[in-house]
Amino acid sequence: MTTQGLLYIALLFALVLGAAFPLGRYIAAIFEGRVTWLRPVERGFYRLAGVDEARSMQWQGYAIALLLLSVIHFGLLYAMLRLQYYLPWNPLHIAGMSPRLAFNTAASFATNTNWQAYVPEGQISNGAQVFGLVVHMFISAAAGIAAAAAVMRAFTAGSLKTIGNFYVDLTRVTLYLLLPVSLVAATLLVIAGVPQTFAQAVDVHTLNAGAQTLAIGPAALQEAIKELGTNGGGFFNANSGHPFENPNAWTNLFETWLLLVIGFALPITFGHMVKDKAQGRALMAAMAIILALGCVGSYAAEAAGNPQHIAAGITANGNWEGKEMRFGIPASTTFNVAATGTSTGAVDSFTDSYTPLGGAIPMFLMQLGEVTPGGVGSGFYTIIVFALLAVFVAGLMVGRTPEYLGKKVQAKEIKLAMLGVLILTLFILSGSAFSLVTASGVSSLENAGPHGLSEMLYAWSSATENNGSAFAGLTADTPLLDYGLGAAMLFGRFAFMIPILAIAGSLAAKPKLPASAGTFPTTGPLFIFLLIGVIIILGGLQFMPADTLGPIAEHFLLYTGKTF
Amino acid sequence: MASADTISLFDARIIRRAAVDSVFKLNPITLARNPVIFVTEIVAALVTATGIEAVVTHHPAGFPITIAAWLWLTVIFATFAEAVAEGRGRARAESLRRARSDTMAKVMIDQRDRALYKPTAASDLRRGDIVLVETGDLVPSDGEIIEGIASVNESAVTGESAPVVREAGGDRSAVTGGTQVVSDWLVVRITADAGSTFLDRMIALVEGAERRKTPNEIALNILLAGLTIVFLVAVVTLVGFGQYSGTRFSIPVLAALLVCLIPTTIGGLLSAIGIAGMDRLVRFNVVATSGRAVEAAGDVDALLLDKTGTITFGNRMASGFYPVPGVNERDLAEACAYASLGDDTPEGRSILALARDRYQLAPERPADATIIPFSANTRMSGVDFAGKSYRKGAVDSVLASLSGTADATFVDSIARIARAGSTPLAVSANGRLLGAIELKDIVKPGIKDRFAALRAMGIRTVMVTGDNRITAAAIAAEAGVDDYIAEATPQNKLDYIRKIQSEGRLVAMCGDGTNDAPALAQADVGVAMQTGTQAAREAGNMVDLDSDPTKLIEIVEIGKQLLITRGALTTFSIANDISKYFAILPAIFVGTYPQLAALNVMHLRTPESAILSAVIFNALIIVALVPLALRGVKFRAIGAAALLKRNLLVYGVGGIIAPFAGIKLIDVGLSLFHVFS
Repeated sequence: MTTQGLLYIALLFALVLGAAFPLGRYIAAIFEGRVTWLRPVERGFYRLAGVDEARSMQWQGYAIALLLLSVIHFGLLYAMLRLQYYLPWNPLHIAGMSPRLAFNTAASFATNTNWQAYVPEGQISNGAQVFGLVVHMFISAAAGIAAAAAVMRAFTAGSLKTIGNFYVDLTRVTLYLLLPVSLVAATLLVIAGVPQTFAQAVDVHTLNAGAQTLAIGPAALQEAIKELGTNGGGFFNANSGHPFENPNAWTNLFETWLLLVIGFALPITFGHMVKDKAQGRALMAAMAIILALGCVGSYAAEAAGNPQHIAAGITANGNWEGKEMRFGIPASTTFNVAATGTSTGAVDSFTDSYTPLGGAIPMFLMQLGEVTPGGVGSGFYTIIVFALLAVFVAGLMVGRTPEYLGKKVQAKEIKLAMLGVLILTLFILSGSAFSLVTASGVSSLENAGPHGLSEMLYAWSSATENNGSAFAGLTADTPLLDYGLGAAMLFGRFAFMIPILAIAGSLAAKPKLPASAGTFPTTGPLFIFLLIGVIIILGGLQFMPADTLGPIAEHFLLYTGKTF
Repeated sequence: MASADTISLFDARIIRRAAVDSVFKLNPITLARNPVIFVTEIVAALVTATGIEAVVTHHPAGFPITIAAWLWLTVIFATFAEAVAEGRGRARAESLRRARSDTMAKVMIDQRDRALYKPTAASDLRRGDIVLVETGDLVPSDGEIIEGIASVNESAVTGESAPVVREAGGDRSAVTGGTQVVSDWLVVRITADAGSTFLDRMIALVEGAERRKTPNEIALNILLAGLTIVFLVAVVTLVGFGQYSGTRFSIPVLAALLVCLIPTTIGGLLSAIGIAGMDRLVRFNVVATSGRAVEAAGDVDALLLDKTGTITFGNRMASGFYPVPGVNERDLAEACAYASLGDDTPEGRSILALARDRYQLAPERPADATIIPFSANTRMSGVDFAGKSYRKGAVDSVLASLSGTADATFVDSIARIARAGSTPLAVSANGRLLGAIELKDIVKPGIKDRFAALRAMGIRTVMVTGDNRITAAAIAAEAGVDDYIAEATPQNKLDYIRKIQSEGRLVAMCGDGTNDAPALAQADVGVAMQTGTQAAREAGNMVDLDSDPTKLIEIVEIGKQLLITRGALTTFSIANDISKYFAILPAIFVGTYPQLAALNVMHLRTPESAILSAVIFNALIIVALVPLALRGVKFRAIGAAALLKRNLLVYGVGGIIAPFAGIKLIDVGLSLFHVFS
């Protein structure tokens, strides 16, 4: 590790956290309807859709609206992918996707996962990219943030019957947050050299006098929302490792910033919404500490390098395999850790080529439940689940029945929270265990031994946690993985989100108890430490046996000279 | 009941009985109420079957049988913990049950004629029956006195052997089944059907027979069940990961991993903690009608405390002499002492005591003295002897009996005494005003510190008094309460409770009279005095057998202690998991990847020894924590943040570290006996 590398990480955190405070306040203003600079447009949408913006919904109504929107969009996207050959703006005459790949891809984009079992350049038309995928990148991100808004409202006051209007939240988040920031970011990316064009390809003459055709297209906008909305689906297969997605070190830093900024702003928003800013800061601190440890840990593992390579004299400093020379090790590891800590799943280097520990950290961040800071919206409501569990387990130790922000945490909330944790565990572990014992699953693996196990475990962790990043090395377009991972994405998203909306509904209806000296403190270092402990013990420990057989075994094997 | 205090933590009889009970509690149908231990039992049965199979097929069976044995011990330790807790309750219940012998009741045929009655078994009594209870009779069931006055020995219920007076009407009209009338007679209307009397309820409660899970316990059970399922998924899927990696895990190994990961410690101790919490209250001579009430006590935000008896000593006491000019204080004190010679009230005695303390004055009552008793008309009392007359009494009455007006110094003293919340009495000798005595409500020593401690816990104290505002404010300030209700009436008490509850706060109060019943019912924790009326006892959710209103504070502390114990052991149990991974994972994977031996940070000798050590630790820790579960984690009134820090350090961080040491120790122990090493 170098001081420069660590400073890079420090700089990124300073930029992200510095921006999160004002942005968090701005998002609170959006949630509370105080942002109005596009009011006529906003009202136009409501009129068009027949939405009564004054009507607030109960949690059931909110969840149904959210589900309905997702189901319809899932259907539309599925149809578009199947029929893309007949649809306009398909200059390369790309054929329609197979049913299973279309299912997988539609599930992937409807759930903000952006798992890509297809090859973008060869299996999807420009029309489907822009009107299918990019639209979903906005909608699914906005839906996640809307759900977070609903959860936040549950804590704002006592005895609430409703938690907001889903359509209004969705519209406002898209209109006032995602669209404007993406447009600005896309413009900046274009300036830095990212293409945004209707042209399909350019022919270039290479230095050694050969000719090459490079695919281009409307990449800059997709790139912006890909990061901002923690989506991760790249315009190109090489994702942010591709020079047209991520031309230089500055865009790399900017993109890393983009994918973290909303995730870290939402706890601040929460602090504003509940009128207790320290509460938001505590959640943010827990997120940031875990992520920082992950960034430094992964960087350290990669900077230490592969002992086999060093022994063979191939390299003296670090593991360079699968990384862009343009970015270097710290910027590459930080991008990947940030992208897995946010459920973005974008990559600018190949996790498959990382050292075992360097690659284990991104995987573990996903398994923790995507809370560091997690997907836009989803990261926030997931950390709320952990905060409730932390308060429940340790809160009794102050001699009162547990409460979080004045709301009593009781059997119903615990039941729903444990249901959420169970669904994530069930899909990740049984999915990968099942795939590893079937011939079909094993044939998807590129590597044998613990590395192969990591590839499969990573894929299921990524899908279930709606991350979408791939370890690479895995052939994902098989019936087992298309359908299995598709189901994991849908359950990981909605079977988790709906119980949480139910928790929000249940908490909203409870009276808000005033805090006193006897109240369990949910701010300050002690709570942050406790929350981190609970995230790791309740959110991550169940994956330790599997992880031990994967990256951890590989790590120790590597040092004894055995590779896969 | 008083003897119950002496039940030691591990009474030999209780332990013996509990050991037997713990085996009966293995019945899977009853055990299914406890998901963690139920899963452990199933797993233990499965491993036993594996062991038997190994024996039958002549495979090495030592390891599976040892693991099976320890898994069964884990289950038995858990049921044993519950049985011990119940046993302690049962010992108390037995002393109660003796009181509930088969008494014959005298059911009256004509209420006016006490000679006519029909002997009826107490067990056949119905609500509404009118019974006669005469000297020497046991009260057959709970009831309300409708006629008569008698002294009743209630030691069967309260442990206090001095008889108390019970009479029709007023606040002392309730009688409890099993108590004995020692003089006179009572006509009682029965208010409880057989089997549901106060004594029956108490027996059921202390035995834990009717124990229903409290809301927090239910929620905790859900969390524990959820964790159990999560770890079940982790262990079952490990079979698949193992198959891919070329490892076949045996059933005993997987069983050991599962049982070590699921929260058996808290799962095994949870119900013991609950029973012990009720038991602590009973030992304190307070009976809660439900576990829910004990839990609510921990959550209380405001305590309504009666001034008299709780905050101040029951009686006002003389605290100073204020002579008029020209009279010295000693002379005034002497006059006061004479004037109080015939006054047997606590106030009169306190005046004599003060005179003795300050001026060594202890006048004898002269033989020819005429005592002038206090009357509502004169509002004065005193004594006449040897041609002298001494009087003390209400200031305006004394002044009216004298000629002339009071001087400015006197008026000033009177005003100052009243402002301080005390009561002034004027004193005269031979028709001359000598000065005033201050009668003060004495705040109990140490009560202010207690209220400060309560405040640090976030609990507001509210003083309830019939005094006027000025007096109430002065005493409230002296005692350090947060608020007071002056000129309290049942209605304004009720209004006050409703007001705090509307802010989302929980209120505890105690009361005894019928007019307290609405407020007791409205309060989240209502402690009725055993001496009180039946109405009050039914409205409250706890009954204090000693009728001591100060206990409210201890009740809150017991509630908090119960919750803290539950939270501490849950945290400890979950924190234990980290070390168990380090013990078991290297052990079970080392066959496939010998390099993983690097994770064996405890340097456990062999894989078998490592797994067995973890399982043994997991079982023994339950027994080791039984005393803590029964006694409860000590509660300290140091504020939530400090309390959390302390407990998190002891039970959270301690829970991570302790098993590393424990497992290593067991491993070393096993190697000494060459077991699996």
